[in-house]
Amino acid sequence: MTSALLDVSGVTLQYKTPRHLVTATYRVDFSVHQGDRYVILGPSGCGKSTLLKAVGGFMPPVEGSIRIRGRAIDAPGPDRMMVFQEFEQLMPWKTVYQNVLFPMKVTKKFATAEAAGRADAVIEKVGLAKFRDVYPHMLSGGMKMRVAIARAMALEPDILLMDEPFAALDALTRRTMQRELLALWDQLRFTVLFVTHSIEEAIIIGSRILVLSPHPGRVRAELNADGLDHNSIGNPEFGALSKRINYLLFGDEQSQRTSEGAQA
Amino acid sequence: MTENLRQNPIRAEREVDLVDAGVIGDVERPLTVVERVVNNDAVQRLTILVAIIVIWELYARWLDNALLFPTFTETLKTFSKDVANGVLVDRTLTSLRTLAIGYTFGLALAALLTTFAVASGIGTRILSTLTAMFNPLPAIALLPLALIWFGLGTPSLVFVIIHSVLWAVALNTLIGFRSVPETLRMSGRNLGLKGARYVGLILIPAAFPSILAGLKIGWAFAWRTLVAAELVFGVSSRSGGIGWYIFEARNDLDTATVFSGLLAVILIGLIVESVIFRALEARTVNLWGMQR
Repeated sequence: MTSALLDVSGVTLQYKTPRHLVTATYRVDFSVHQGDRYVILGPSGCGKSTLLKAVGGFMPPVEGSIRIRGRAIDAPGPDRMMVFQEFEQLMPWKTVYQNVLFPMKVTKKFATAEAAGRADAVIEKVGLAKFRDVYPHMLSGGMKMRVAIARAMALEPDILLMDEPFAALDALTRRTMQRELLALWDQLRFTVLFVTHSIEEAIIIGSRILVLSPHPGRVRAELNADGLDHNSIGNPEFGALSKRINYLLFGDEQSQRTSEGAQA
Repeated sequence: MTENLRQNPIRAEREVDLVDAGVIGDVERPLTVVERVVNNDAVQRLTILVAIIVIWELYARWLDNALLFPTFTETLKTFSKDVANGVLVDRTLTSLRTLAIGYTFGLALAALLTTFAVASGIGTRILSTLTAMFNPLPAIALLPLALIWFGLGTPSLVFVIIHSVLWAVALNTLIGFRSVPETLRMSGRNLGLKGARYVGLILIPAAFPSILAGLKIGWAFAWRTLVAAELVFGVSSRSGGIGWYIFEARNDLDTATVFSGLLAVILIGLIVESVIFRALEARTVNLWGMQR
């Protein structure tokens, strides 16, 4: 048993709006191990994105601690590369290649020649070799997301933080992207912390799922979902897990109603 | 239950083998020469210019009063004569030199102020207060004060140019910095970028459309202020600028020369705007898709 790569213990997060102090999460514990596809799942308002931002180092916890490889997180850093939902995360003044190269250049993690080779390799891997010298505004949403993922992956961070990365895509592209992410994981075995509000996406992407309750976000359950992907959507195992999560999120009444609906 | 929801009778389903799209004809065709010429920006602008010149010439001929309104041909004759004998070129260069000094200092100060402003909340408030105070103040109104402080000469001119450039550029840059999307900021900070590197590598390129707008406004303000200032106190040390050229000609009631001076002012404005700034735009914000 390996020790945890990322350790979140007793984390309470609060932020201020102009009128209120909002508690986003309350005493959340979980730990992510090397090679995990760890999914944080919850309804909107459960503080899952805030939690991811805290791991990214963008906001300090009010209570509790977040440690990566035993070291407390106090600022954003390239060891935790984030992939955001918005397409604006790419720099419009840089081509696909320059966008992928940029993090490696400013962090000086790789030598110049090596960085150039890595950038080309990873662009090839996400299938954008033809668009290497194109500016982001000429790409489709799915392609922009591929660039963002390639950029994060090229740097080989300790952990990849993905904040609902496919939520802004259309359903067909989303499915393709999920498939591609899994294929990439199969090759490279990186560690990813993935936030989503879709139960289906959580089961497909995740090897382990943290279910959060809303207002404020508290841990409801931590489940295993390894070995389930698009091909198992029709399986009873997939359905059972989905139903179980539904129950955990919405309680008895809701799941009763949905199961009646399914039988009718 | 589903039966009750059905309104129309069941229709046949169908699956079709794809038709070869080649038979549709033009999916994409190159534009014809005429289409390209008519769409060309430069051609359209040139047409507008020619129209203005024709109207000018016709009106001046109809008026037939060289003291009030010389014809385009006469203005052009004076213009080419003064360009050939070097007077106009000399005057223009004097003006442009002063302008370059003032513009550069103005930009440097604006960069300093905005960097300070993004670094801290108090800096932002200082800059926005200063801009609110000084931006509406016409640079020319400061000229008497400049003359008291710096005397007759280039320093006074540079002072008023700095004033006209600084606030326009600083204001636009600050607005640009503020409107950089949060996600882009976060992906910059994610890499551990801080301070000057963060400003230089993320904020400035991301805010470039606004900064460029500020540069253009600043340039126009500066040029306008300079010509006006030269008209007010005329010659600076040995050689006068283009404003002085116009002022001298007016004293001699040589209207054609006044017009040729104005023509030079306009021409330089056009060149800077449609050659220098246009080229800058084409290589930056247009290429990046940040501006259409």
